[in-house]
Amino acid sequence: MSDAHAHSVAFVRDSEIPPAPPPAAETGVVKWMRENLFSGVVNTIMTVIGVFIIFYLLSGLIPWIVNGTWEGASIRDCREVLQGNGGGCFAVLRERWAQLLFGFQYPSELYWRPTLAFALLFLAVPPVLFFKLPRWMLVFTALYPFVAFWLIWGGTAITPIFLLLAFVAAFFAFKEGEKRFGFVAGLAIGLVAFAIVAFIGDFVASEEPGWLRITSVPSREMGGFMLNMILGLVCVSLSIPIGIVLALGRQSRLPIVKGFCVVFIEFVRGVPLITLLFVANVVLAYFLPPGTNFDLIVRVIIMITMFSSAYIAEVIRGGLAALPKGQYEAADSLGLDYPQAMRLIILPQALKISIPGIVNVAVGLFKDTTLVSVISMFDLVGMIRGPILSSTAWVGVYWELWAAACVLFFVVCYGISQYSQWLERQLRTDHR
Amino acid sequence: MTTMTDPPQADGFRIGQLINDTRYRSYTFQFIALLALIFSFGWLINNAINNPVLQEVGINFGFLQDQAGYDIGQRPIEYNSQSSHLRASIVGAINTLIVAFLACATATVFGVIAGVLRLSNNWIIRKLMSIYVEIFRNIPVLIWIIIIFTVAANVLPQPREYRGEDAAYSPLFGVVAATNRGVYIPRPYFTEGIGAQEPAAVEVDGVSTLVAQEVTSSANWLIVFGVLLASFAIAKGISVWASRQQLTTGIRPKTWYFTAAAWIVPIAVTLWILGLRWEIPTLQGFNFRGGIVLQNPLLALWFALSIYTGAFIAENVRAGILAVSKGQTEAAAALGLRPRRIMSLVVLPQALRVIIPPLISQYLNITKNTSLAIAVGYMDLTGTLGGITLNQTGRALECILLLMAFYLTFSLAISAIMNVYNNSVKLKER
Repeated sequence: MSDAHAHSVAFVRDSEIPPAPPPAAETGVVKWMRENLFSGVVNTIMTVIGVFIIFYLLSGLIPWIVNGTWEGASIRDCREVLQGNGGGCFAVLRERWAQLLFGFQYPSELYWRPTLAFALLFLAVPPVLFFKLPRWMLVFTALYPFVAFWLIWGGTAITPIFLLLAFVAAFFAFKEGEKRFGFVAGLAIGLVAFAIVAFIGDFVASEEPGWLRITSVPSREMGGFMLNMILGLVCVSLSIPIGIVLALGRQSRLPIVKGFCVVFIEFVRGVPLITLLFVANVVLAYFLPPGTNFDLIVRVIIMITMFSSAYIAEVIRGGLAALPKGQYEAADSLGLDYPQAMRLIILPQALKISIPGIVNVAVGLFKDTTLVSVISMFDLVGMIRGPILSSTAWVGVYWELWAAACVLFFVVCYGISQYSQWLERQLRTDHR
Repeated sequence: MTTMTDPPQADGFRIGQLINDTRYRSYTFQFIALLALIFSFGWLINNAINNPVLQEVGINFGFLQDQAGYDIGQRPIEYNSQSSHLRASIVGAINTLIVAFLACATATVFGVIAGVLRLSNNWIIRKLMSIYVEIFRNIPVLIWIIIIFTVAANVLPQPREYRGEDAAYSPLFGVVAATNRGVYIPRPYFTEGIGAQEPAAVEVDGVSTLVAQEVTSSANWLIVFGVLLASFAIAKGISVWASRQQLTTGIRPKTWYFTAAAWIVPIAVTLWILGLRWEIPTLQGFNFRGGIVLQNPLLALWFALSIYTGAFIAENVRAGILAVSKGQTEAAAALGLRPRRIMSLVVLPQALRVIIPPLISQYLNITKNTSLAIAVGYMDLTGTLGGITLNQTGRALECILLLMAFYLTFSLAISAIMNVYNNSVKLKER
């Protein structure tokens, strides 16, 4: 309390001082910069270093992009155009983009087919990724594998159509069988139905090979980024169901099943993917009946699927272990048997918890598909290292080519990981 | 499970119980699973037995004793092209371990720095680190390895550009020369100590001078290692003594000069007694001689693996630090601890519990990713046993079995150690 009162001093302010604007140093950009860039000596030094790094990177990058040339048929043409101004020789991308995307053997008049298959992907995948889309759109997802297979590999349409029919038949047979005889018998009946329809399809395809036939392309002609996409998509989608089965097997109370799953998972996780690819390349043929002649691509798909299913199994096992024990007990007390409890209560929750982990595995797997270049398959990396960089026209244009590869992979992987983070926020049902 | 609905004990055992009775059903399933397993493995093995190629050559590990006949760039132990395939594999295995160890160490450094800086209050640094993490996490490591290898081979100067009075390049600090054939660094050696002395001739401009007598026994390095271990023990002892003093008197004695002396004095004396000298790489003819050369494949693999895995470790470190709730820091501050001791006594021990398990699995990933060495021609185990030896002998099955066995043993050993560690640091609950 001060001694200044109305009766002791001549003047007392009887109205409030109007609020003054904050000092210039405490508002807007200046305040933000003081807090975030120059709050202390160390911070200021770091800011200077950071600005210097950014300047250094951009001073190389910007002329490279801006001065770069897109015209020319070889590196000599580029050098003539550029005259050493630090620009990039992007002409190589313009001339070889088809090889980067489709490989050097895929018939060029058929490029529209994988392109169409890729475009259809945007119809087939969103219903799985975004739960708010109408559920009937899942039909596209179900049809997509068969359409894409037909488009990319070609041949008669009978094979994919009957494969689809076989899956439909197996589904309905399983539903009916499960209702009457239980889960396991239903599975068996579904398998039988699948085998019967697939057998008929095989027969019809060999009788009528010309029906709705488009030019067929053998697997060894696949290459470029398309090969990475095919391997990534096929292996991830195949390995999720296998991973679920392995995870359940590892949690199982049956010692033989559990033992097998543990040994399988630990073995696959303990060895590098390259050794598994070597197995696909040279050893797997020993273990198949003499005369079977799988494509290399099929053998690689088998091994990569094995590899990623072990990792996905571990992620899902984490999800299963994170569920409170009460959920299992509640399912038991409702009188549900094991398949019902798993399908209705446990797996929906466990899978929800494991989605971010599964997406991480998927991103890792997609990056790992570049390893097939080591066993002389011409994926994106194989194309760049092999046919393009060793051609006389483009020897030495490595910055531009590798930057293109980096951009392609970065766009896909960053997109997926951003989706995963978005989904994690969507699925967070606690704390609300 | 459904104990209440189980049928009451019947007098006898009926076949139907194998399917319908939950007590017996598991045996039925296991029996079926076992049959399926035996059948499928039998089928695979039967195919292998009937395979015409395998029938011809059989399965035989005798090829490991044959002469390898190829050269290896980086030889940590004695090896030449007359050595056996087994020795080549051992060289490869040691090379794998070398690059794995180096990459783990530097990846941790990169990861910790980037992870801490991502939480910095400096906006520019924070954003720079996020860009680093996102760019390196989302592009395959194989591409990074090849890019760094290509750049090192094409951008670094040739050795002859170091030549002459006004050379385009001069060695860093006069001792480290980075060329497109590799990076040359000084090599330490001893002139006194255990072992036979061999004249180490250093040739400068065609004139050979004997500078010092080098002893070649590796026992000297063991001595150095032993002295370092002893220093570690002494430093640990000092810190234990200081803690005990603090518990009894409440005052922690100043010990940093004792600790520094314990580290510096013994090793300095040892190195002086052993007569440490440095062999500086010098340009002779078209290349550098002397010193240690770190060849480009090793450098590319080492740097790419550490910077790629560093991005993952940065995320783990950040998550670990964020996992320690703010109340812990505030409580420690309320107790009067200084910021440095808050970090070392309160935050770090709790953050480490979160950081260490994913960190170890990143180490495992590095070890497995060293097998990508084959893409740049670094002779690790995959390059020797799974590469040239496999192609020369055609013994695919045996080579790949051995290769897998090596990686599997290594991974399982590290997992076992990790489990022991996890159990020791996990929260002790009653």
